[in-house]
Amino acid sequence: MSGSPPPVPPPEEMREIFRAMTLIRRFEERAAEEYMAGRVGGFLHLAIGEEAAIVGTVSALRPDDPLTSTYREHGQALARGTDPRAIMAELLGRATGICGGRGGSMHLMDIERSFYGGYGIVGGSVPLALGLAWAARYSGTDRVSVTMFGEGAAGQGVVSECFNMAGLWDLPIVFLILNNQYSMGTPVERAAAVEDFYPRAAAYDIESWKVDGMDVLAVRAALSEAARLARDERRPACVELLAYRYKGHSMSDPDTVRAAEEKERWKARDPLVTFERVLLGEGIIDADAIAAMQAEVDEVVDDATTFARESPEVPVSELADDVYAQPWNDDPRGSALMRP
Amino acid sequence: MSTEARDITYREAINQALREEMQRDESVFLMGEDIGHFEGAFKVTRGLLEEFGEQRVVDTPITEAGFTGLGIGAAMAGLRPVIEIMTVNFALVAMDQIVSNASKVHYMFGGQVPVPMVIRMPGGAGHQLSAQHSHSLDAVFAQVPGLKVVVPATPEDAKGLLKTAIRDDDPVIVLESEGLYGKRGPVGGEDHLIPFGHAVVRRPGRDCTIIAHSRMVWVALAAAEQLAAQGVEAEVIDPRTFRPLDLDTLAGSVRRTSRAVVVDEGWPECGIAAGVAAHLYEACFDWLDAPIGRVNSADVPMPYAKNLEQAAIPQPDDVVAAVMATLAREVPR
Repeated sequence: MSGSPPPVPPPEEMREIFRAMTLIRRFEERAAEEYMAGRVGGFLHLAIGEEAAIVGTVSALRPDDPLTSTYREHGQALARGTDPRAIMAELLGRATGICGGRGGSMHLMDIERSFYGGYGIVGGSVPLALGLAWAARYSGTDRVSVTMFGEGAAGQGVVSECFNMAGLWDLPIVFLILNNQYSMGTPVERAAAVEDFYPRAAAYDIESWKVDGMDVLAVRAALSEAARLARDERRPACVELLAYRYKGHSMSDPDTVRAAEEKERWKARDPLVTFERVLLGEGIIDADAIAAMQAEVDEVVDDATTFARESPEVPVSELADDVYAQPWNDDPRGSALMRP
Repeated sequence: MSTEARDITYREAINQALREEMQRDESVFLMGEDIGHFEGAFKVTRGLLEEFGEQRVVDTPITEAGFTGLGIGAAMAGLRPVIEIMTVNFALVAMDQIVSNASKVHYMFGGQVPVPMVIRMPGGAGHQLSAQHSHSLDAVFAQVPGLKVVVPATPEDAKGLLKTAIRDDDPVIVLESEGLYGKRGPVGGEDHLIPFGHAVVRRPGRDCTIIAHSRMVWVALAAAEQLAAQGVEAEVIDPRTFRPLDLDTLAGSVRRTSRAVVVDEGWPECGIAAGVAAHLYEACFDWLDAPIGRVNSADVPMPYAKNLEQAAIPQPDDVVAAVMATLAREVPR
């Protein structure tokens, strides 16, 4: 990492970061309850433990920087400001969901907030992010494309292809490797010849480094620098965050592979607890304000859950809507599409 | 704006379509292996780098999945990429991007973002290219909802359908035929656009309908000539696009002739011919006087030896035999 460290965020932003992390934690805990009650179908991948990685990243970006993620992406949408009601309704497969019930937990998108989606094929979203970076440069904007993926995805060939093209063409992209140390149930040491992943990007002439993914301010600082490189110096960057997810790969994973002692060791560094300690220690927030904020967040999550449960199902008559943006027609002369 | 048709090759027709659409719309750019300085493996992109520069005619590393996915992301951001995959076999490397992303993004995210892109790829069998480089995978793409699939057989269609594809708001797979790049024919000017989903009658007839696309149109027409010499008038219909498929025109013809043969360069199992025949059985069962014939490539990987290869690929004689079978006639010797 080069240059001077970015400034510590002002108090108001520190409080907002803490609130965003708390909202993600509470939302995900509620999503788990809804899953256990049978109201959330399919796979439900929770990011509990990864809140610092998510909020630290999003808080370092501009709201119009295109962001892509994996199937573990409720937090990214929440951090980008998507209505929790629309996310919970999507999890419950309702018409009011952010994707109209077509995507579910793994495929949230909020195009108005430049969140370009969660994708289920490991590594498969990374070239899309490269294309978003390509379009940013092609259109003459200074947007930075940021793509979050896991250390498992880093092993996919297409990710190496993207490192090469980003390095070759100096595209404004930040590759964010969220190393939570398990590809489903396979630990890093049984899946990777070298347990650090950022050197893979470095091999393609991309400035790369590794930071503590449990420390929201460290993540924010790293992403600020990475985004600066991409935005101002027009160079790609790669940041590896070392983090840990507390739950199994998904709710269908009983999580019997990982040692209890290992989980406890990581939970001792819980990103919410450690950041709360920072905020209290520096007098940015007091215990009463924390309690009030948590109560407010709980209310938001309650409201989202009630809203989702009471929302209508998607009409089956709409089953085949939106397969095509431009259904068959006899006028090929011009696109009906309104582009930004 | 010229509308006067003049004879050019299929290759030149595609080149014209690309040039005209790039001149018309700055959001159109080309990307693929060796399409710039080398001017394309089949010289389709000749002169385009010179005219439009390296920002819009982009040579890539050999990374089909990567640059196809890049195109999808760029399309999601509002550009109109035209991705060239050197030959259809290399598209298999990019299938995750084509099937899991390009075709699904619009639907999966509730219509929030379209994917207005074109993926061009040459394919088809022949030229002793052996098993990995020589086959038709049209059925693989035609199976996927969310894709539009275009299969031009003439220079006129190659230009008109590609121009329509570039202006379309969805991912369009344009399957060109390596064996047709040198084919000449009349082609219209800048306003030459062909809508999707309109089959064309390549040769009228009353005795049997032959449905064929891409290079097989020419095989079917040769067969129709042979049949005419024997007093059998076959109608040759070219669907021109799968997704959308113009079943009305196909079925209308079959109801008149009461017989049908579907010719498809792909493999027989679960293929284009199988799918089209199934549609026709549903639409025309009461009109049919004979089982629908299918002519496909042999159910084998493509062999190298010339005689084996030609035995594997549909030939006019195979089509003649299939038509005669629907007429319950022997093939004359």
